[in-house]
Amino acid sequence: MPVEIDIEHVAKLARLDLSDEETERLRTQLAQILEHAARVGEVAAADVAPTASPIPRANVYRDDVAEPCLPVDEALRNAPERDGDRFRVPRIAETGG
Amino acid sequence: MSDALCDLSGAELSAKLATGETSASDVLASSRARIDAVEDRVGAFLTRTDQLASERAEELDAYLSSGAPQSPVAGIPIALKDVLTTNGVRTTCGSKILETYVPPYDATAWARLAGAGAVLVGKTNCDEFAMGSSNENSAYAPVHNPWDLDRVPGGSSGGSAAAVAAGEAVWALGTDTGGSVRQPASLCGVVGLKPTYGRISRYGLIAFASSLDTVGTFTRTVRDAASMLQVLAGHDPRDATSLDVPVAVYTEGLGRGVRGLRVGVVTEAFGEGVEPGVAASVRAAIDRLAALGAEVGKVDLPHAAYALSAYYLIAPSECSSNLARYDGVRYGYRAPGEHADSIAMMFATRGQGFGPEVKRRIMLGTYALSAGYYEAYYGQAQKVRTLVIRDYEAAFERFDVLVSPTSPTTAFRIGEKADDPMAMYLNDIFTIPANLAGVPAISVPCGLDDGGLPVGIQLTTPALDEATLFRAAHALEADLALDLRPPLLEKAG
Repeated sequence: MPVEIDIEHVAKLARLDLSDEETERLRTQLAQILEHAARVGEVAAADVAPTASPIPRANVYRDDVAEPCLPVDEALRNAPERDGDRFRVPRIAETGG
Repeated sequence: MSDALCDLSGAELSAKLATGETSASDVLASSRARIDAVEDRVGAFLTRTDQLASERAEELDAYLSSGAPQSPVAGIPIALKDVLTTNGVRTTCGSKILETYVPPYDATAWARLAGAGAVLVGKTNCDEFAMGSSNENSAYAPVHNPWDLDRVPGGSSGGSAAAVAAGEAVWALGTDTGGSVRQPASLCGVVGLKPTYGRISRYGLIAFASSLDTVGTFTRTVRDAASMLQVLAGHDPRDATSLDVPVAVYTEGLGRGVRGLRVGVVTEAFGEGVEPGVAASVRAAIDRLAALGAEVGKVDLPHAAYALSAYYLIAPSECSSNLARYDGVRYGYRAPGEHADSIAMMFATRGQGFGPEVKRRIMLGTYALSAGYYEAYYGQAQKVRTLVIRDYEAAFERFDVLVSPTSPTTAFRIGEKADDPMAMYLNDIFTIPANLAGVPAISVPCGLDDGGLPVGIQLTTPALDEATLFRAAHALEADLALDLRPPLLEKAG
């Protein structure tokens, strides 16, 4: 069964700008890949527990002790744009008024 | 050129270093001469670390001449796949989005090798964010297989495999999420190890699919793989999935042979799509194991047929989540120009910064996790994963080691599968199940096909039983006694 995918919607969820050409190519390719991947549905597994990690380890704790962390200058060294001790970005909210 | 130090194994080099017959600087000079001779044709490296390596080798020589005890890793020229962070050395993941990224910390795997005296010669090319099976998804350049420069080295750790095959490095680290160490090892005629999930820390392995990602090794001998794992294995509080269980002595049982070892041949792995030359070579190797005294039988992994489907839901799902961090805010590429707001900046940054395969997988994962599809795709894939694990549990009740081809084909031509994602994904059909189950597996060269291209056999053991993996692989390697030198090196004279 061919899969119909709303590529524009998925790209929006993934925050990816796609060209028209990329959108059309992905529409075809994702349908092909998902047709193969959908074979997982052929396996009767209603009573099987899912596996999220191959070697299950739950609630791995460490002692609540403060440790040295990255100095501010180091943390900012790779920043595309910096403003003092902060990352600078384009506006993130409506300016209002 | 056949007498070059860089063509020796790590064990041989270590012995020469211990007696003072050679120095770390000489070994490095040999590796560097090889890089200078072949790198313009192979293209294994994205970044060379010549200066750092020279300083390191000099320090080591001062230390070694003091007679101090020496790790088997000391003085060995090592290449690192460019998805492992190196403090102060650019780490790109083969992506434009991290072209200028200089990490402020070392990956634990590298820190352990460095602490034992390894010499870093460079960071190797790979498929972008380790997504691919041919190295053609690198944002920078393809890597050429030293056995035939028109062919791919495999992937995603193609640069690491090619570097070791060509003698540019003696050892290398790669990462294996669905076969990305074992498949290129097979295609380049070297030994590729993917240990148990959690055996080597993932701290500093830039994440693709966290429940599958495993640091692995490239060497030219099984003994070297065991020596390397010895240094790499162990608990790391910085990785919550790293296993806090004792580390075996991996070289101890190497000479014990395979007499009495129960070897299961995975029947599904000799079906449609396996090249005759691959099947013939692997079958001949299995016959040798039987001749050496192994008890060889057949085994079924009934859900292995669904493993590829499950993988192409689980890995992209985890990828879409992990790669959300590339947003042009804290590090990496930011799309130039004025943006209406930060969200618009993120759309543009990600659209420009990621290549086609990464976009394809982010889209696939985002879709598989989206409302209304989660249960049918991701949820069901996780259940299939459980069934794959049960298949292995049943198989290991009857067998100590499972064997199959590593890859259905030998190295294919650059461009041959580049436009067909499904054909490319099928390269990993025999390697993916071990990632889903977290069990260790190794690819060992077992011959050449009619075209003179290397074939690899894959051995798999239960979780944490790397010792048996090395024991069986070593016995086979010793018996086959292959002389694997890529033709490139003969011509390089």
